[in-house]
Amino acid sequence: MNEFLQQMVNGITVGSVYALIALGYTMVYGILMFINFAHGEIYMAGAFIGWFLMTKLGLPFLPSLLATVALVSFLGVMIEKAAYRPLRYASRLGPLITAIGVSIFVQNLAAAIFGTDPRPFPLPAVLQRNVYEIRGVIVDNLQVYILVLSLTIMVGLDFYVNHTRMGKAMRAAKINKQVASLMGINLDTVISLVFAIGSGIAGIGGFMIGLYYNAVYPTMGFMPGLVAFTAAVLGGIGNIRGAMIGGMLIGILENLGAGYISTGFKQGIAFFVLIFLLLFRQEGILGKAEREKV
Amino acid sequence: MEAYVAHLLILIGIYAILTMGQNIILGYTGLFGIAQAAFYGIGAYTTALLALRMGIPFWVGIVAAAFIAGFMGWILGLCTMRLGGDYFCIATLGFVVIIQQVFLNWENLTRGPMGLPGIPRPHVFGYFFDSRLSFCILVWAFVFILCVVMNNIAGSRVGRAFKAIRDNEAAALAMGVNTLRVKILSVALGSFYAGIAGGLFASYTGYIDPSSFSVMETIIILCMAVLGGMGSITGSILGAAVLIVMPELLRLAGVTGSLSVYRQIIYGMLLVFVILMRPQGIIGKVEFRPIAAIKEGRLFRAV
Repeated sequence: MNEFLQQMVNGITVGSVYALIALGYTMVYGILMFINFAHGEIYMAGAFIGWFLMTKLGLPFLPSLLATVALVSFLGVMIEKAAYRPLRYASRLGPLITAIGVSIFVQNLAAAIFGTDPRPFPLPAVLQRNVYEIRGVIVDNLQVYILVLSLTIMVGLDFYVNHTRMGKAMRAAKINKQVASLMGINLDTVISLVFAIGSGIAGIGGFMIGLYYNAVYPTMGFMPGLVAFTAAVLGGIGNIRGAMIGGMLIGILENLGAGYISTGFKQGIAFFVLIFLLLFRQEGILGKAEREKV
Repeated sequence: MEAYVAHLLILIGIYAILTMGQNIILGYTGLFGIAQAAFYGIGAYTTALLALRMGIPFWVGIVAAAFIAGFMGWILGLCTMRLGGDYFCIATLGFVVIIQQVFLNWENLTRGPMGLPGIPRPHVFGYFFDSRLSFCILVWAFVFILCVVMNNIAGSRVGRAFKAIRDNEAAALAMGVNTLRVKILSVALGSFYAGIAGGLFASYTGYIDPSSFSVMETIIILCMAVLGGMGSITGSILGAAVLIVMPELLRLAGVTGSLSVYRQIIYGMLLVFVILMRPQGIIGKVEFRPIAAIKEGRLFRAV
């Protein structure tokens, strides 16, 4: 039982970060209907920028986090402007290929600048690690911070999308881009905003995971990117609450799988879930099935 | 110097075959399946294991490699073809990760990360393809045969069905094309090509390990297909040649440090720029026609 609870705690921590990444995938997919392959690299960029600001420039934790969010959002918006916007009305293959291109480019640019070896990312004094033991289950304060931060972001985003003017514009663009722009919604602004928010959130995820594992490296975004995409599909792609549930579920499943089956199996679980889902319930938990129209 | 040129030509040939396979799937049928590296690996391991464990000669091994890779492609297609375009893309990418994990972890068979050394070169009637030059000729013989095969496929009933699906799947279905079966066939054919390339690669290097069949490899092949021109055989060879020679030029230009990192930065930029500036690739949807060139005096013809 303790073992089970312990894996749940670890799973929820990682899962909440998967949920943060999945939000970006699902928001972009909801409006543009394409998989932003470069999203995992945005997460990696968040970790590297945070690492650079804190260990190289010596900035304190909170300013670093805010600066990271700003820089990563900017990066996301720039990527959209350069690589996706010119292809918005082209075939669906185009953006998928440029997204893969951007992903390799950003990942290797980081490798060229910072090297391929993992860099340690020590915790700042304000976040000093305390380990608590509650009935045999080990919880550390960083896990609590990550969970609280993630939940705050999710609740905030949910409110923003459902109860503000720009959020309404986003939902309108998701339903029908052309009609939304006829109704006076500036599509470019909405899409830029979606990229800014999605990237910023992923950047926070990267920052926190860098601290959590005490390591940043250029390929760190690849697997979490794929897993988070799976999470987005699991929740129902295009559905923001679905992405949160999906992320948590995948995190928990991964850790339970690693604990009870084999640690080598950890990476396989997300793919197993994905293939199972795609075969039996493509629309995910909260999604609605759509028939392709001719 | 000659050995170096032959080495580059062999690599270009092997990648040209991989890219042709990618082009059957992506260029002809318009499916975003990017699992070439997995089938490349399956082909390489099949040839290598048959030769090392059972002493089966290369010629049988490479045919087995092609058919096993093709069969796996058929299975993958069967499992994933109901998925929409983007999901299909992710599923095939996941397949590459899974196959690489299998190579890494099935140590009884593949020796895991230690790889398989000592794969023999092919021989025929007592003649061994030991030198690089002779192997180069062998590889390009394969390239030539596979070009002819692909050209014939392109003009056949099946090939026209591929292109019909690419251009408008609903219309193809309405015209009586069994789109599901044809799409699966297209993936199987592309995988068949990758299997042959894998067999050649294993026999050329004499040593294979799982790191050669990574996601990056799949993306390099995708790059070659996009750069050369989607749906063009000439483009496949051209794309492979450009992307094999380019890093060598980088080396000659005296770029130091981690070459593969710079190479991949360029690959990434190329993918973006080609799609933005010239989405049809270097030569687009035309083919080099040697016979028409002699008869009609023009080199290229639209396909």
